[in-house]
Amino acid sequence: MRMLKQVWCWFDDVTGISAWLVPIMRHPVPDARKSAWLYVLGSATLFVFILQIVTGIALASSYVASTGQAYNTLLFISGTPFGRIVRGIHAFGASAMVILIGAHAIRVYLMGAYKYPRQMNWLTGAGLLLFTLLMAFTGQLLRWDQTGFWSVVIAAEQAGRTPVIGNWLGHFILAGDTAGGATLSRFFAAHVFFIPALIFLFLGFHLYLVLHNGISEPPKAGQPVDPRTYRVWYQELLAHEGHPFWPDVAWRDVVFGFLVVMIIAGLAITIGPPALGKPPDPTIIGASPRPEWYFLWYYAVLTLIPRWTENYVIILGPALFGAVLILLPLVAGKGERSPLRRPWSFVIVAFIVFMIAYFGRIGKIAPWSPRLDAQPLPVEVVGTTSGPVEEGAEVFYKKGCEYCHTVSGYGGIRGPDLTYAGDRLTAAQITTRIFSGAANMPSYTGNLTPGELSSLVAFLKSRRRRPPLVSTAR
Amino acid sequence: MSEVRLPQASAEVATTPCQPEEDRRKFLTRLSISLGSIGAAVVAIPVVGFLLGLRKPSFVWRTVGKLSDFGIGSTVKVSFLDPSPLPWAGVTAQTAAWLRRVGDHQFIAFSVDCTHLGCPVRWLPDANLFMCPCHGGVFYSNGTVASGPPPRPLTQYPVRVQDTEVQILTSPLPIT
Repeated sequence: MRMLKQVWCWFDDVTGISAWLVPIMRHPVPDARKSAWLYVLGSATLFVFILQIVTGIALASSYVASTGQAYNTLLFISGTPFGRIVRGIHAFGASAMVILIGAHAIRVYLMGAYKYPRQMNWLTGAGLLLFTLLMAFTGQLLRWDQTGFWSVVIAAEQAGRTPVIGNWLGHFILAGDTAGGATLSRFFAAHVFFIPALIFLFLGFHLYLVLHNGISEPPKAGQPVDPRTYRVWYQELLAHEGHPFWPDVAWRDVVFGFLVVMIIAGLAITIGPPALGKPPDPTIIGASPRPEWYFLWYYAVLTLIPRWTENYVIILGPALFGAVLILLPLVAGKGERSPLRRPWSFVIVAFIVFMIAYFGRIGKIAPWSPRLDAQPLPVEVVGTTSGPVEEGAEVFYKKGCEYCHTVSGYGGIRGPDLTYAGDRLTAAQITTRIFSGAANMPSYTGNLTPGELSSLVAFLKSRRRRPPLVSTAR
Repeated sequence: MSEVRLPQASAEVATTPCQPEEDRRKFLTRLSISLGSIGAAVVAIPVVGFLLGLRKPSFVWRTVGKLSDFGIGSTVKVSFLDPSPLPWAGVTAQTAAWLRRVGDHQFIAFSVDCTHLGCPVRWLPDANLFMCPCHGGVFYSNGTVASGPPPRPLTQYPVRVQDTEVQILTSPLPIT
């Protein structure tokens, strides 16, 4: 023990590290009282980020970023018991990063902690939010299975909507004419080197600023921020009721961080990493690419907006969001911090959370996607095994109607449910609709023989509720 | 004992700066910034040039089958190799297309990329329609938009018949 202490004394003498580290660990922090647990989100994000780096390095030691081989290396990693867990931690960690950084940003916003003197804290944080989302996107892509491959194409197409430079930008993302040999390496370099370098830069600055400006005290209604007097007032507050960060306050960060890491590890062990889809063969047409859950809401929004607004939303939407994040501390840098005096902050946060949850759910169901795995209607539903109704049921499946329409629970939900179509529509109305199509339905003019059409109409007219058991006729 | 008088601290020098010193400092600062900028530029040119220059557009006719492989009126999926694929591209070096023979020597080749946001469209032979799984885009057999969000008809690749071989001209991924 004495030996250890002597070694430490020598080390400290030649590096001066304790003179630098101890004030940081013990820097005074205002008493957060009832809001104390709200302050753990930033450090939790940092802990998960470190988790991502550690598991990322482990994965990178086996992953080969070759377009032709990446998929196989992932099969290899997932096949070993520990490799499976490492992949799982990395995948759940990515979701945790998105959740925690979002929660942290919301907490800071609601508490008005982006105001003076912490405007640069917010700006560097906004950069970190952007980088986290980019890491999440490029990371999922590195699986380089069917979904990963097609997400590059979709990203390039979205970038292609940029005016003037769209085509060039799209091909820059692909690193070529098509998604090929150079594409994956580009994203690997971005995910492993380029964006993390930016994150380290911004994170270092962000943490320095947290120490320099101090942790914000919980806001109180009636106590607006005045840049002229705030710093002096804050120092006095610390002198009165400041607690040393370590260990009086940091214990909460440790406990919450521990819980988060345990949950991630637990999920990785029990549920495991996301299953790998089919290999990234562009000639496998049966792909149904979907983004990860944290982008599902964006996927739904892009699908539901009117066609003419698409270019504007794809390009201006994120740009507008970025502009708002940047302008917030610049235009609202002083004044009341308490959310009770800033009721719109509740509305905005509720709107964002609701939008992500609501559209995320819609994106999961994706009602606009044809259910291309629909099977022909069973006999019990058709009701007969011969005649025009039975032939019509075959046409109903063959011609693709069932991919978008439901009959008795079978089929897609893009178009109206036709289980009782015979009750609401006449044969003439049915024929008109089949021939003219609609905004979301193709027209079948020239696509049906007269025989097919008449049996299809007969089938649809037969879709009715059963007549009442007691006849009312006398 | 004579007293040794130590030279005065440099504070005296700082309070009365002389012009040659100032000029020298300005020059050295400018020299550092210039050399740093030149050094950065010299390195940046090859680095950025490499990142931007990986795209080499080229067009190659690729054989996708023999004339006798394709029946008139049927639409089939064909695949062909990218022009000058990189050796490690593996299975990703392929591109798919929907090929339809419309006459003795006439073919139409559709790109599988939906014109909305690039997902692969499926050909449904009984329904005579192309359907996209992503956002519900539907195309008629001639490639025009039947319903849904796609803004343009399916892109077509140039097709030709050389002797008895059917060939498609490789093209960059259609991005607006």
